[in-house]
Amino acid sequence: MPVRALKPGYQGEMKDRQENFHGNQVVYVGWDHHLMFCAAFAYPLPPEMPFGALIQEVMPEAFSQHPEWDQVNWNSVVWQLDGQPFVPQMDVALAEQGIGHKSLLRFKTPELNGFQNAGV
Amino acid sequence: MSKVYLALQDNDVSRYIVEAVEEDNPDVTAQYMPAMVRLEADGQLIVKRETVEEKLGRDWDVQELHLNLITLGGNVDEDDDQISLTWNQ
Amino acid sequence: MAAKKLNLKDKYRLLTRDLDWEFSYQDREKAFPFEEFEGIKITDWSKWEDPFRLTMDSYWKYQAEKEKKLYAIFDAFSQNNGHLNVTDERYVNALKIFLTGVSPLEYQAFQGFAHTGRQLGGVGARTACQMQSLDELRHVQTQIHAMSHYNKFFDGFQDFSHMHDRVWYLSVPKSFFNDARSGGPFEFMVAIGFSFEYVLTNLLFVPFMSGAAHNGDMATVTFGFSAQSDEARHMTLGLEVIKFLLEQHEDNLPIVQKWIDKWFWRGTRLLTIVAMMMDYMLPNKVMSWKEAWEIYFEEAGGALFKDLARYGITMPEGAKLAEKEKEHISHQAWWTFYTHGHAAGFHTWIPSDEELDWLSAQYPDTFDKYYRPRWELAKKMEAEGNRFYTKALPQLCTTCQIPMLFTEMDDPTQISYRSSEYKGEKYHFCSDGCQHIFDDEPEKYIQSWLPVHQIFQGNCGGPGVEDILKDYYKMNLGADNMDIEGSPDQQRWQQWKNKAS
Repeated sequence: MPVRALKPGYQGEMKDRQENFHGNQVVYVGWDHHLMFCAAFAYPLPPEMPFGALIQEVMPEAFSQHPEWDQVNWNSVVWQLDGQPFVPQMDVALAEQGIGHKSLLRFKTPELNGFQNAGV
Repeated sequence: MSKVYLALQDNDVSRYIVEAVEEDNPDVTAQYMPAMVRLEADGQLIVKRETVEEKLGRDWDVQELHLNLITLGGNVDEDDDQISLTWNQ
Repeated sequence: MAAKKLNLKDKYRLLTRDLDWEFSYQDREKAFPFEEFEGIKITDWSKWEDPFRLTMDSYWKYQAEKEKKLYAIFDAFSQNNGHLNVTDERYVNALKIFLTGVSPLEYQAFQGFAHTGRQLGGVGARTACQMQSLDELRHVQTQIHAMSHYNKFFDGFQDFSHMHDRVWYLSVPKSFFNDARSGGPFEFMVAIGFSFEYVLTNLLFVPFMSGAAHNGDMATVTFGFSAQSDEARHMTLGLEVIKFLLEQHEDNLPIVQKWIDKWFWRGTRLLTIVAMMMDYMLPNKVMSWKEAWEIYFEEAGGALFKDLARYGITMPEGAKLAEKEKEHISHQAWWTFYTHGHAAGFHTWIPSDEELDWLSAQYPDTFDKYYRPRWELAKKMEAEGNRFYTKALPQLCTTCQIPMLFTEMDDPTQISYRSSEYKGEKYHFCSDGCQHIFDDEPEKYIQSWLPVHQIFQGNCGGPGVEDILKDYYKMNLGADNMDIEGSPDQQRWQQWKNKAS
């Protein structure tokens, strides 16, 4: 039973369907063990945006406030897409490599443990 | 046995209610915090009209307790003569 | 000869039970159309007990007396410039959260109990709901009156009702009540009457209000305790609902248990903001959130659930997790608001060194290890002239609508991520509790009005964040928001206190 409703067969309106985002899809990006940022960030992005543009053009504005951002070694970063290990292709569009609407991308920086090594 | 409790606004009427509760419930503890007093007892706590009236020196309706009550914990039973709080376990 | 005074039990019977009537020429089911769809089985409404046996005439009498006392104090407070007696200008920000986040819930509770009272077939329960509905209306009115005094002297109080409907973090309390009110009457009673009123509101109205007294705020402690004096009756109604439902039919047990699990968790998440108010926004401390949780949930709630065990009710599903989270959530929440201080309708600040030490002492297992470093970083950035405000919008939990700020309790530096798929779409949650609630009724929660997504969809004006804050939320930028340091509130406070800045 997907809902307890007065009228049988009641259906709700799905508020966050991709077509409501004017050509964008929502992508969440979180930096594991870096809680200077209280939560993962949400971005409305064109599905055809290459992954490289996400890193170079989208993420720096907010993530670069972290004192460790400049030290991130993108070659050793470990990515997860929707809970699964993931190896991004920089020149390929987000949608084409399985990053869909409301996908969650998480990245770990093995040599950086956050401010004061405290996961901040 | 779990603890029942009653919290009252710390004012001039409550002062006498607390005295009455302390007299009728020898095991009760009263804890004072800013603006309030918390009464706590094992399993049961009773507020008796007669004792409160004696302390206040006037008639007192058990339902007047609502004027100074902040919160309580326990199963409530109220009649003309008393209000009781109990836990069965 | 004077008529004999009725005793309480007779009076209650005559003035409550005997006001009911039988449906002789109308279909009873049509009169109470919401009574069955939730699966709750009621066999005999006359078994309902009202332990306080309060009748309408006594209700008016005592409520009138409470109001007279309360308004006399408001007058005195106002005439004597009571706002100058609070500890400092930071304290007032807790009241801004109260007015925008809590008082509108009192109004929602008024609406909810009016509707629910109408829909319950038993007259005892109907009368109790009617009284509670009137109480809740009184609460919102007295809170607005009390805080109208602060509105004359501080920023952020001017548009609380508009803000409640629109501001991103206020969708958390708003959607909480919308969820309860859009359930059936029995779910509403278990949600608000029992889980919220009995198990959780003490945490807001008792230690926080005692804290208001401790910070010189006569108006707030007075409306708080006056409201809470009704609350003791509400709690008793909430407990009666549970006992009544469980005694009526054994089939009600799993339904009631599921609602208790759900609404305990919804309420626990909602109270995150109260945790933060207690630990970070009261300059003079009464007790930590952790201690309040131990007294009012673990001890008082523990006794309650032990008592309910005879019906087969068990502790709410999320209670074990909440016990661990009590060491963390206030710190996580205040950090979230501090870093979003540009988008909040109140001021935020770095705790003083003294306050940081108090937090270390109260939270010896978590504060220095996980949270003090965040404040060290904030201090460093502020000293460099770069007060930290985050520059992107956070991911939100679909169910509680709080930013996904909660962490794994076995790894407190790692955000807790949960997700489900429904009809081909992904949904994200902060916790097992919020995920289970969604999974049980996905068709309800796919309708969540998530502020961040609504901004992206263009439904909140903008597109710039400042335009949204100014035009859609109606915040006065530079006055209502940003750090307390240098704020107009602070400047006025220093003038009143003759401290040249």
